[in-house]
Amino acid sequence: MKRASDFWVWLLPVVTGALIIALWYGVRAATGLQSWILPTPLEVLQAAVRERQLLLAAAGNTAVGALLGFLFAGAAGWVTSIVLGSSLSLRRSLYPWLLVLQMTPVIVLTPVIVLWAGAGLPGIVTVTFLISYFPVVANMTQGLLSTDRNLVALFRMSNASRFQELLLLRVPSAMPYFLAGLRIAATLAPIGAIFGEYMVGSSAGGTGGLGFLVYSYNTQIKIPALFATALTSCLLGFIFVAGVALFNWAVLHKWHDSYEQPDR
Amino acid sequence: MEANAPIVKFHCVAKRYGDGALVLDGIDLAVAKGDFVTLIGPSGCGKSTVLKLVSGLSPWTTGDVTVAGKAPRQARDRQAFIFQDATLLPWLTAQHNVELPMRLRGDSAEQRRRRAAEMLALVRLSDARGFYPRQLSGGMKMRVSIARALSVSPELLLLDEPFGALDEMTRNHLNEELLALRDRTPFTALFVTHSVAEAVFLSNRIFVMAARPGRLHAEVRVDFPYPRESALREKSEFQTKVNEVSRLLHQVEEVAAR
Ligand SMILES: Nc1ncnc2c1ncn2[C@@H]1O[C@H](COP(=O)(O)OP(=O)(O)OP(=O)(O)O)[C@@H](O)[C@H]1O
Ligand SMILES: [Mg+2]
Repeated sequence: MKRASDFWVWLLPVVTGALIIALWYGVRAATGLQSWILPTPLEVLQAAVRERQLLLAAAGNTAVGALLGFLFAGAAGWVTSIVLGSSLSLRRSLYPWLLVLQMTPVIVLTPVIVLWAGAGLPGIVTVTFLISYFPVVANMTQGLLSTDRNLVALFRMSNASRFQELLLLRVPSAMPYFLAGLRIAATLAPIGAIFGEYMVGSSAGGTGGLGFLVYSYNTQIKIPALFATALTSCLLGFIFVAGVALFNWAVLHKWHDSYEQPDR
Repeated sequence: MEANAPIVKFHCVAKRYGDGALVLDGIDLAVAKGDFVTLIGPSGCGKSTVLKLVSGLSPWTTGDVTVAGKAPRQARDRQAFIFQDATLLPWLTAQHNVELPMRLRGDSAEQRRRRAAEMLALVRLSDARGFYPRQLSGGMKMRVSIARALSVSPELLLLDEPFGALDEMTRNHLNEELLALRDRTPFTALFVTHSVAEAVFLSNRIFVMAARPGRLHAEVRVDFPYPRESALREKSEFQTKVNEVSRLLHQVEEVAAR
């Protein structure tokens, strides 16, 4: 039983992937597009190998910006949610403005960000932060407010202080929500960093990231290399998501139902 | 305070939530120390509400409620609440769940650990102390919940359908255990159930409640001596009591249906 189901879990995405690649080649053959407009998967891989040093160095730079922005977003999101979760009036007064901040397209803010935070890493981290902060706040706040009513009653019955209630009840029970927020933030952070590099980045002294490569490959019309950059970004995103998944496992696997061992 | 002053006293209590209809009306009730009092009645008649008033989780509208002669909130250190679902913290082991109320009132770690071990032994769960709630069966969870409630030696134990979700055999076992625990750590009980047999087995006083608004319809005294054992359920006097309470329940349900 176990073997068979594991086999399908791996086989299905592989089959879908093969179909997509076949479709890709099919479109290429049917339309006769040239490689600098629609490169084949093989050409993309060749470009990736050819440009590997540039891509790796750039991915490393992007990872630094993305990680810093992500960590700030996680920490600030955590603190903001606790503030929002502990008082209805604070929630009423602050939440609408957080929404406004989230609704404001970051692209509009980029000139100001360069002005205030400076071009290069500080600006990139700021853009990443702005993009990944809100999902953390939204999820964690929801979590803090979703505490089981009976558990709250239990704490009240035991004469728990508000601080004890927050620390020993609301925060731990909000952890799955916080981690769900982090997971979204982890998919957004590399995208945010690349966007930040594209908009407010600087490439001085080899600090250009993937966003800079997008810009430079585009101007050189190296389209396969551009696709290879996209591939690298995906890999970076996967590493971020895997990191959060690991953290999620470490925090929740002992007690949370999502890690219930299937009996086999 | 006199020696046999009631531990819970309701005087002409009425209750409504917000500006809704009356949920309780004209409740007069005195629970003496050592009583095992059960409230039984149709769904929605206000049984849980009575417990919420006693525990100070919810305010009453008119009348007066006292617990050990004080306002309910001032008497919380003397009572413990057991809910229908065990309400354990899923991220704590059985042992740490039992320790929780002691932790909240600031007992030392050593004191907590010792008392929790003692309580888990009483409910025969010493081997499961390191288990998380999801690893426990429904009956085991409820026993952890009982151990947690009794760990602070409450004078008054409030139980809201604690065994409602369990199968009959587990429920009977836990009924017997609960009475046995009362000999080890004496407490007064205010108990809510839908099961007539359970009410008769556990209580010395049963109040049958009527609904809309919730009132005390009749009191039935159950004089079988404690300790009670499972053989009691076989006796014809037991069955007679069960029939008496069932008849009263039918009465209030028929009135409600009309
Ligand atoms: N928080 C609340 N807000 C408003 N109305 C409530 C609230 N809690 C209970 N009620 C109402 O009060 C009435 C009594 O509710 P209660 O929970 O005390 O009944 P119960 O006898 O415990 O019922 P059950 O046997 O189904 O548990 C019901 O009509 C219910 O709708
Ligand atoms: Mg109820």
